[in-house]
Amino acid sequence: MSHEHVSNTKRIWFVFALLSAVTTVEVILGIYKPAVLEGNHFVGLNLLNWIFYILTLYKAYYIVWAFMHMEGEKSSLRWSVVSPVIFLVLYLLFILLTEGHYIYGVFKDSTIKWNF
Amino acid sequence: MEATVTTANNNEKTWGGGDDIQPLGASYGKMMMWFFIVSDALTFSGFLAAYGFSRFKFIETWPLADEVFTHFPFLHGVSAPMYYVALMTFILIFSSVTMVLAVDAGHQLKKTKVAIYMFLTIIGGLIFVGSQAWEWKNFIKGEYGAVETAGGSLLQFVDAKGERVALEKFAVKLPEQREALTRSHSTWFMEDAETQASYTVAEVQAGFKAHPELLIRTEQILIENGKKSKKVLTRAESETRLATAKYVVEGANLTRNEYGSKLFADFFFFITGFHGFHVFSGVIINIIIFFNVLLGTYEKRRSYEMVEKVGLYWHFVDLVWVFVFTVFYLV
Repeated sequence: MSHEHVSNTKRIWFVFALLSAVTTVEVILGIYKPAVLEGNHFVGLNLLNWIFYILTLYKAYYIVWAFMHMEGEKSSLRWSVVSPVIFLVLYLLFILLTEGHYIYGVFKDSTIKWNF
Repeated sequence: MEATVTTANNNEKTWGGGDDIQPLGASYGKMMMWFFIVSDALTFSGFLAAYGFSRFKFIETWPLADEVFTHFPFLHGVSAPMYYVALMTFILIFSSVTMVLAVDAGHQLKKTKVAIYMFLTIIGGLIFVGSQAWEWKNFIKGEYGAVETAGGSLLQFVDAKGERVALEKFAVKLPEQREALTRSHSTWFMEDAETQASYTVAEVQAGFKAHPELLIRTEQILIENGKKSKKVLTRAESETRLATAKYVVEGANLTRNEYGSKLFADFFFFITGFHGFHVFSGVIINIIIFFNVLLGTYEKRRSYEMVEKVGLYWHFVDLVWVFVFTVFYLV
């Protein structure tokens, strides 16, 4: 495997700078919470949270691809690791969040008082 | 069995099917580390999805993170949301960088460099675990205190400006006190199930009555112009609500916490605890590999692949933190 003996130091520091920058942006947004972003929704989620999730996935991609060196692996290994996780996590989130939202509705509309 | 045996003549990269055919192009150990990570990732996803479930269920009453995590070392009484956890995140990212530098040095068979970077990674990991312990300490200790009603709702205290007020600022000391039951002061089988709070409900109620400027803040989240806040009751409503108080809550435990929803503290302890346990075990594994590097085990093997494998685990721990950070502190 040719990638093994090449030094990647430059790329490592680049990714570190990138991850730090993204984290800084997240923290700044987390402290100020701009009302424009938090007040507007897109598909049931406010824009600020959309940004947080997208930046998180962006960081996750760089950690897996650069730090865990997924980019240097065979595509068969790559897909056999990444695709089950993505599929199962989306499936799990879909089921649990739908159910959670449904139960919220049940509590809200029920004749039984729970929040007192 | 040949595939599972790690030998000095670098048979590590082979599998039973022969040297030239490698479907996944990775050694047995590395491949298994990847699939362990897959299963561990799904475990964490299960926890985080369960957190999401509970949060969606109580979406209108969930605690606001920037009111809970406000501490920073040496800044007493200063509300500094996010800063501390941001610092922890940077520490963990940086220890990931030193780890990947160790792996990189291993590819070039530079023993001293690998050892130095491994050492820095271990230090980073220890600082992170220590920081998490400090975070837990603040979370468990609490800051303001609150009361819980008979219905299980949490009531917090604010002044006219909406600023939180701690129990000790207004609660009175009433003469009649029940001493806590302990085995040394009562019949041997009698013991209080919980530690007694500093004040009784009656003391908090009497103090509230004596301070007409105080109001009750409920768990209900209000959104006005894109800003989230908690609903504050009027003085009359506050008095009615406080009359139903049943427990004084200080800090957090697995049963109740002063921040709001009971599940919030449960998930916080469970998920950050499970992550902290991963960091801790990662540090232990790193220490073992560090000593192997020092002893020259991998030098003799002419392969630092073990460093790469623990590196995978270490980066995974960092990866999980990225998600925990978002889900608990940002969203």
